[in-house]
Amino acid sequence: MTTGYLAPQPDAELDGTEYVAGGGDWKDIADEVARRKEERVVVNMGPQHPSTHGVLRLVLEMDGETVTETRVGVGFLHTGIEKTMEYRTWVQGSALATRMDYVASIMNEGAYVLAVEKLAGVTDQIPERAQILRVLMMELARISSHLVALGSAGNELGGTTLMTIAFREREQILRFFEMVTGQRMNNAYLRPGGVAQDLPDGALDFLKRVYPSMVRGLNDFDNMIMANPIWKLRTVGIAELNLAGCMALGITGPMVRATGLPLDLRKDAPYSGYENYDFEVCTADTADAYGRYLVRSNEMRESMKIVAQCIDKLEALGPAPVMIEDPALAWPAKLSVGPDGQGQAPEHVKEIMSGSMESLIHHFKLVTEGFRVPPGQAFHAIEHAKGMYGVHVVSDGGTRPYRVHMREPSYNNLQAMSVLCDGGTISDVVVALASIDPVMGGVDR
Amino acid sequence: MSEHPDQGELTAQARPAGAGEVIGTRQGAFGAHGSGDTSGFGGLNQVVEFAPPSAKPYGSWFDTAVDVLEEVLADQGITDAIEKVNVDRGELTLFIRRERLVAVAQALRDDPDLRFELSLGVNGVHYPQDAGRELHAVYHLMSVTHDRRWLRLEVAVPDDDPHLPSLVGVYPTQDWHERETYDMFGIQFDGHPALTRILMPTDWVGHPQRKDYPLGGIDVQFKGATVPPADQRRSYS
Repeated sequence: MTTGYLAPQPDAELDGTEYVAGGGDWKDIADEVARRKEERVVVNMGPQHPSTHGVLRLVLEMDGETVTETRVGVGFLHTGIEKTMEYRTWVQGSALATRMDYVASIMNEGAYVLAVEKLAGVTDQIPERAQILRVLMMELARISSHLVALGSAGNELGGTTLMTIAFREREQILRFFEMVTGQRMNNAYLRPGGVAQDLPDGALDFLKRVYPSMVRGLNDFDNMIMANPIWKLRTVGIAELNLAGCMALGITGPMVRATGLPLDLRKDAPYSGYENYDFEVCTADTADAYGRYLVRSNEMRESMKIVAQCIDKLEALGPAPVMIEDPALAWPAKLSVGPDGQGQAPEHVKEIMSGSMESLIHHFKLVTEGFRVPPGQAFHAIEHAKGMYGVHVVSDGGTRPYRVHMREPSYNNLQAMSVLCDGGTISDVVVALASIDPVMGGVDR
Repeated sequence: MSEHPDQGELTAQARPAGAGEVIGTRQGAFGAHGSGDTSGFGGLNQVVEFAPPSAKPYGSWFDTAVDVLEEVLADQGITDAIEKVNVDRGELTLFIRRERLVAVAQALRDDPDLRFELSLGVNGVHYPQDAGRELHAVYHLMSVTHDRRWLRLEVAVPDDDPHLPSLVGVYPTQDWHERETYDMFGIQFDGHPALTRILMPTDWVGHPQRKDYPLGGIDVQFKGATVPPADQRRSYS
């Protein structure tokens, strides 16, 4: 007796072909292979494969060891962050943006707050100290992101030592982040109008103390891989994509710089005062996986130069505001470490609770309702560790975004997978993917 | 009005209503609706509109770029491609008729004086109140050749005919971006090689980024209590 849910249900309304979702294309592919009786294997790599950088599904059609067709499946980590942002205030958006590309969280915040500030028309009112702190944090995030890219690539090629060295240096950066923002990742430190709070006592001293060892560590790392014959055998001439290919596919970041084009928005369209820093745009001319790692490795050392300049600038500037002066936008609360290790600044609490009723109302309105941004739209792109990170924000004049869209470099760059992999061997798929350095939190958002 | 000359002056300075694109209206100031108005702001009615179209000169490099684009299109016999030009917050937005989108993109990419060769993808925005122009597709194009300048193309399509020509032929990078916009807004990009969902599961019903997409509420553990969906919670207007 064939009843129940498996039986086809007669449906008078139904017209034409009925499509049933379930199993997807996997069965069709397997059936086709069985029918053709070819030496053709379809390998489903991921979404839980350790070398797919999170939940990425690759469907590889193989002829022996050779990949004949690569298909990419994304969306396993889609959490609707852009939609969620439409129901939170402009300030809360920073805490959501940070969760997209979680390996370089602070850079996502940077792109978001710069777009919001452009929309609100306050870009030139951001205090200098906040600008320096933003550059400092974004460059440290870049180093941290590149270390994960290089370290995990080394790990995937069988060199666990590379990962341990990379993560050892990254640990120093995360410690500094924790000191300053309270969290190692997902910091929500950059806010529209400035940064959440100034550096705590001792944070800059800590950074200065670990700085020499970090420079030494990065140099060690560079020495260890860039001339390493095994590393070169695995990456030189692998996963090539020339400049024309990069332009057609909209590829930016280390991938396009590895083709020799110095496309870097920090130089081309400076934001947050990048024009005041002395650094080089790193390029390579090999257009392969090796070149991309070379660019990343050199870029980390250039970023260390920027970090050193930030430290100098912060010390020369001394105490200064880190939040915009305009009381209509500036976050009213001040944070300080109380006896219990957390909490509001006692002076601020005293003022709003027993000093001034107006201050209390102001605090309450800004924190619960948030500020309003005039209707319109704005777009701002920054040079993210992965490439060009563009944020399109639309406001309807309310206290929450009408629409936020992130043009994620990882999402865009993953489109190159089939160009990089088709015709190569399966072992090079891992190299190609790692050289793109996608982070699925950013891809799927 | 004549008793209050100051007020009259203010009105004269205000932008004439209807000049910009109206995207909605806002009532009151504090978000309390349906109960007695104790704030005194309940009668406040504001029309939300975007900046009106700009007139030449636009400033910066915008004039040259728009002139060159119009010239290149006129050579092809196209004179109606640009609906309006909007310069706001230092950004150039060209509103393009959908039939002309491919020709415009091709001209922007290929003309040596324009050369916007890097596409930064497409993004949808849903304006339910903008009758006949509910769904907007917003493209950002950057020129690597000319100074990393960038501009925005905006194409509006009605909700009951959400069709746009695909730009994959001009900018291959549009592939995934158009799939995402289809997935999230239901905009159909005609001519796309495989317009399927990309972030949502293939059997998903609806397009989540649309403003009319229903949001789920979460049941909490207390007896009989539910948390209303985010779009139905009380919020500031």
